[in-house]
Amino acid sequence: MSAAVPTAADHPGARGLVTRHRLRWWETLPWIIGLGIYFAFPDYLGFGAELLAMILFALSLDLALGYAGIVTLGHAAFFGAGAYTVGMLAFYEIWTEPITSLLLAALVAAIIGFLSGLVLLRTRGLTLLMLTLCTMALLQEAANMARAYTGGFDGLPDLAIAPVFGVFEFNPLYANTQYLYSLGVLLVCFIFVRTLIYSPFGQSLTGIRENLLRMHAIGSPVRRRLVICYTISAALAGIAGGLSAQINAFVNLSALDLDRAATVFIVLILGGYGRLYGAFVGAVAYLALEHFLAKIYPTAWQLGLGLLLVMIALFARNGILGIGEALWQRYGARRKTP
Amino acid sequence: MSEPRLETKALSRNFGALRAVQNIDFKLEAGARHALIGPNGAGKTTFINLLTGVLPPSQGRVLLAGRDITGKGQAERVKLGVARTFQINRLFRGLSVLENVSIAVAERKGVAWSMLYPVGRRADVIAESIELLETLKLADIAGHRISELPYGRQRLVELAITLALRPEVLLLDEPAAGVPSAESHIILDAIEALPLDIAVLIIEHDMDVVFRFAKHVTVMVSGAVFASGTPRDIESNPQVRAVYLGQAGQRTGHA
Repeated sequence: MSAAVPTAADHPGARGLVTRHRLRWWETLPWIIGLGIYFAFPDYLGFGAELLAMILFALSLDLALGYAGIVTLGHAAFFGAGAYTVGMLAFYEIWTEPITSLLLAALVAAIIGFLSGLVLLRTRGLTLLMLTLCTMALLQEAANMARAYTGGFDGLPDLAIAPVFGVFEFNPLYANTQYLYSLGVLLVCFIFVRTLIYSPFGQSLTGIRENLLRMHAIGSPVRRRLVICYTISAALAGIAGGLSAQINAFVNLSALDLDRAATVFIVLILGGYGRLYGAFVGAVAYLALEHFLAKIYPTAWQLGLGLLLVMIALFARNGILGIGEALWQRYGARRKTP
Repeated sequence: MSEPRLETKALSRNFGALRAVQNIDFKLEAGARHALIGPNGAGKTTFINLLTGVLPPSQGRVLLAGRDITGKGQAERVKLGVARTFQINRLFRGLSVLENVSIAVAERKGVAWSMLYPVGRRADVIAESIELLETLKLADIAGHRISELPYGRQRLVELAITLALRPEVLLLDEPAAGVPSAESHIILDAIEALPLDIAVLIIEHDMDVVFRFAKHVTVMVSGAVFASGTPRDIESNPQVRAVYLGQAGQRTGHA
């Protein structure tokens, strides 16, 4: 049997695994759309940059929650750590170069992620959820108390960010630079996450999510791997926070808020977790819902969002992308098979 | 190589007042085909958990090829060549058969930390996984998701994942449990075809399987070794018949 098969990679059963990391045509769509928005809606680029930062934040959560199954409600801790790193460096004019600032934001968030992960990831489920929440609350209170450095409740306004590559200035009125810069940062981070999840490391994270006992039984160093995943996820959240501070030119305590952690959680659930593109779909859907519902019911738009979430939890556990996949399997795939 | 592959010395484990495993001296020789039988609650699975390092013993020692591994954790023992299957499937249900096996292969080869290179391009991992699936006659369903497979095939994947670790000592916890009798032959064939250099300890309730497969049988009752010997000795031992075979003999086609 094996004599008829030239190499294992050509084995029909191996096709799925051998080809799944290859780029598919539709994967270019988000970036084409992203560039299209730049030209089509020049008045909404500030809002657009905000959206891109949210996508990046949701993507960081997807790595921990969607792939490794680490249930966390405290991811804003790392977003805030990144935002305050960029904010304090810029506000006190210690360092204002944007790209290296983001790297420093990633580093600070990663250190916090690593240290807290060492302790937190000994627990699972509800305990883990509460501890992530506590970590975030502690960090927020620390930022509040260190008023002399963080500006306390008022935060740090009017951050001066140096031009990107020393050329492209951040203009507070026209967010062209902010938008393209955010798109670039998101693209680089996305390529990294995409590479990661298709790697053996990413596969082992999926294994931990799918069956923890089995991973122990095949000799996997489960906890070490979770801590590293959590650290990487924290670093990405830190970049998202730093990016958000740069494009808004300010940072305050809301960067460390439960509200923010809950929002990114909702975004990911809405879009579909563990799916790479759930962050994109979820962030767009969330902001669109917010926009339209707030127009129809200005006082109670969150009621609509809540109802939608209940529907998703009951009928579409895999979010909007999950619905799309199910429809594709039912109608699209059938047309293809002879 | 007169040393046993795996040996326990006065191994005990208590859960509170319950003495689940009592003072067991056990030897698994190289290339052994050894069955562990006993009524439900005799401590067989606890014994396996002590061998694999899932549980620490209350007393006693575990030796692998003469080397004391009592203090070593599960992951270390796997690296040293002790692997197990579970009584109830523990598979990555949402993933394909090939992925299930390749996760174990990647872990054994030590590439599971590699982050920047897709699994699909690790030709060595894929080739080894496919080869293993071919020996177990699973290659034609390599792309199928576990949750789509009949239970018998799932049990076979359970075995495949364990074999991907290239164990020297293989502990099979009721490998055919829950498999409909129409399918059970695929499991039994696979177990009979295991390489002879692997020492196999099998927990099994089905006496037909035990007598077909095992060269040596140990009977556990209430956490202690009750009898030990060749299948023929055990079968003709009146005490064993009284406590165990009597009940088992009544069951035919145990599922």
